[in-house]
Amino acid sequence: MGVAASLGRRPWLAPGPGGWALIAIVGAAAVLIPALNLMVPPGSAFHVPTYMVSLMGKYLCFALLALSVDLVWGYCGILSLGHGAFFGLGGYAMGMYLMRQIGDRGVYGDPVLPDFMVFLDWERLPWYWLGFDNFAFAMLMVLAVPGALALVFGWLAFRSRVTGVYLSIITQAMTFALMLAFFRNDMGFGGNNGLTDFKDILGFDIQARGTRAALFSASALALIAGFLVCRFMVTSKYGRVLTALRDSEARARFLGYRVERYQLLAFVVSAMLAGLAGALYVPQVGIINPGEFSPANSIEIIVWVAVGGRGTLYGAALGGVLVNYAKTYFTGAMPELWLFMLGGLFIATTLFLPKGIVGAVMPLIDGVRARLGGGGGRRARSDTAREPGGGPAAVAEPAREPGE
Amino acid sequence: MIRRLPRASDRTRGGRAARRSGASGPLVRLLALVLASLLWAAPAYAQEDSDRGDLRGLVQALAEGGYGDKADAAAALAATGDERVRPILEALADRSLAVRESDGLVVIEADLDDDGVGVVDPVTGETLAVLEDDDGLDTIRTNAGLRRELDAIIGSLSLRSEDPETRLAAARLVFDEADEDALPAVEAALAEEDDEDVRAALEKARAAILLESGDTDAQLRAIEVLAGYTDPEVRSRLTALVARAGAGDEEPTAEEEAVATAAEDAAAAIESRLEVWRMVASLYQGISLGSVLLLAAIGLAITFGVMGVINMAHGEMVMLGAYTTFVVQEVFRSAFPGLFDWSLAVAVPAAFLVSGMVGIAIERGVIRYLYGRPLETLLATWGISLVLQQTVRTIFGPTNRQVGTPSWMQGAFETTAGITLTYNRFYIILFALAVLFALMLVLHRSALGLQMRAVTQNRRMAKAMGIRTDRVDALTFGLGSGVAGAAGVALSQIDNVSPNLGQAYIIDSFLVVVFGGVGNLWGTFAGAMTLGVVNKFLEPYAGAVLGKIVVLVAIILFIQKRPRGLFALKGRAAEG
Repeated sequence: MGVAASLGRRPWLAPGPGGWALIAIVGAAAVLIPALNLMVPPGSAFHVPTYMVSLMGKYLCFALLALSVDLVWGYCGILSLGHGAFFGLGGYAMGMYLMRQIGDRGVYGDPVLPDFMVFLDWERLPWYWLGFDNFAFAMLMVLAVPGALALVFGWLAFRSRVTGVYLSIITQAMTFALMLAFFRNDMGFGGNNGLTDFKDILGFDIQARGTRAALFSASALALIAGFLVCRFMVTSKYGRVLTALRDSEARARFLGYRVERYQLLAFVVSAMLAGLAGALYVPQVGIINPGEFSPANSIEIIVWVAVGGRGTLYGAALGGVLVNYAKTYFTGAMPELWLFMLGGLFIATTLFLPKGIVGAVMPLIDGVRARLGGGGGRRARSDTAREPGGGPAAVAEPAREPGE
Repeated sequence: MIRRLPRASDRTRGGRAARRSGASGPLVRLLALVLASLLWAAPAYAQEDSDRGDLRGLVQALAEGGYGDKADAAAALAATGDERVRPILEALADRSLAVRESDGLVVIEADLDDDGVGVVDPVTGETLAVLEDDDGLDTIRTNAGLRRELDAIIGSLSLRSEDPETRLAAARLVFDEADEDALPAVEAALAEEDDEDVRAALEKARAAILLESGDTDAQLRAIEVLAGYTDPEVRSRLTALVARAGAGDEEPTAEEEAVATAAEDAAAAIESRLEVWRMVASLYQGISLGSVLLLAAIGLAITFGVMGVINMAHGEMVMLGAYTTFVVQEVFRSAFPGLFDWSLAVAVPAAFLVSGMVGIAIERGVIRYLYGRPLETLLATWGISLVLQQTVRTIFGPTNRQVGTPSWMQGAFETTAGITLTYNRFYIILFALAVLFALMLVLHRSALGLQMRAVTQNRRMAKAMGIRTDRVDALTFGLGSGVAGAAGVALSQIDNVSPNLGQAYIIDSFLVVVFGGVGNLWGTFAGAMTLGVVNKFLEPYAGAVLGKIVVLVAIILFIQKRPRGLFALKGRAAEG
């Protein structure tokens, strides 16, 4: 059965045991947490406070972001150090919609111009702000802007076969350039302060408990949908080619595949998912500023994926939630220790946990299942075996450094 | 990297402004006041009583009437040519000339710090009394207009000062004001002046005054003189004259036309020379920025370029070097304050050793397990960089640390064209080149360099030939890190020494190495210089930040075109 499965006769959308777990947990959370927040009285032990709902919503956005990175890094071998840029662009698109929703309730009371534009003495809305008062248009832009950037950037890069480290460095340069650009006041995105002071989303008060709960559920659904999209992509025939060219790009090319097209599709979809994550993130934290574009942020995403388990999708989502939970906890409890922890996490994961948490835990679960003699165990093992080349660590990056 | 240059030029601009206004700056004035009251006390007594009476009368007039009357009184005082006049007028401009309420005598208030207020007779220079505070003294009030006139009068008085610096400053002030009333003073001063610099400044000032006179002959002569200066201020004077000539309602006479044409030609000539100077300055700043980039990137050219290790902790090696400088300087400050100018000579090897040792520790502890997995190396070294940053933050605190500049690196070369070239930038250019050539020597003329190149070209063959590749790896990484540390000493001179110092350079460094071509020191050099110069030439058109963005985008596009950089390795070495 394992062989048959790896030949792709299994149904496309089979999420695998890890995937089922992810869907089940996130799906349950999507229903339960808003319910516990809205219906259970605040005194009760089961009550989930509103700030917690938003915090967890934020984690889910990060999980979606990690998922998008895993799609390109885990299955395509593209280590993007610029995914924060796509996240930020999606966030800015959402932020622009939310700014337009403020209307004349800003400090200066201008019916059209956001406060910072009034402050800068702008006469009228720049052309690229037009249409953002329309929710559907804004949502389209949330996907289209990161997608378009990824398309242009990826087309240039993959076409000229910029791979490996070089690609990482220029993606980093890309997000750095965007950060510098968004810091400029005359870009028309609020400069240093970014966009904030949001009031409404779709007519609902953004601070209200109900809206927060709805945003949480939306993030959970987006995560599940994102997972299914990625899963569909990597289990389809397209996904097999993707994995093949990750493991040996030259070989895939010699077999006649147009490598750059495969890479480009994955890169664009990944950028759109990152943009969606950014769009859901902004209303829940209430601000978007150019700091989101900082190269350090983008590198941090990589460690979420690495900690969770690269090339498994659900592992990346798990890493996104876990690392960020740890970050919230440690920056609150022992702020001076957090960077040590994060740094140590980077080093320890690469040295001792090359397959991440999932890579360390799954064999144990498989072992238990095999001992119990259940068929599910075999199935699960075949699933992990099907994962890229038996796990991310086995995937030697095509180390084509001159001088290697 | 762009952030730093404006800061340096701000500093010099501020310095220049301070120097220019030095003659009338409050501190200088106070000093002059104290000195003068000491110096001319003796001759003052030798003067005739009647003379003293005249002066007394004129001084008393300063306290009477409106601001216009006071200005007239000040001019009358200046006309006496008495040496005692200047401190009195300076005191008036400085609001320390007062009327003693008890007898209506005009006196100078001398602030004696803790000891109260000294009441000095402006005519005799005697200290009449020392008061606890300025009760009983009614300060003579001035307004901006009066102070401006006083400055001009004091300026022309200063033209005859003993101190050439004061005379120079006064001559410059006269040029700025270009007040026709100052012409006699300037010509008188010019007749006596024997200091070259002051003469030149006086002639320029005279020409500027003549330019404003209505006399076309004098104007033509003045334009002839002024055309020889390469100075933006002279040019704007001339263009202002041209603009005025064109703006008048009346038809200009032939003479006036001739003046306007001459002024226009002279302005154009000055402008073209200024353009050349600006190019020179941009080039200098570009090379200076390029050498900063070169310093930041050159260690990376070894660890990344030669070994292929993506060392994201490279910036932190630079930072460690900068902090080593700080520590070395602290030791010098407390133990050998007299030798402070030599502290950098100790800091460079110290920083090399510190960063080199840390580098070797990193290589032995982490990187050697990750060879052949560049992306994992990237992540692990990023983690190391976070740990190092936080360590430094824990030890030295999150704020900037003050690193001193030795006296021989301070100052600037100022051209007449109003362009300043600072010495510390010059030394950094020299240092960058020295580091580059030292590295070249190590790579191509030493046993270690030979082994390094052997290991990079063919690890297994090198091993078979008996080279201890492990040791060579560690030493190579240590060398790259050590060079980064030495670079940190230089960068500590122009940048804030903070735990984030390294992060500011890491992206630029990688871009320089990739742009120049991996595995090629000349490529790194060419890449750094190109980026530095292009950045500086873009800056006037696009502004600092936009210029930087343009450069980043250009590099991204360039890498698409030539994925292996400016000077790609060819043949087998490129295939690895």
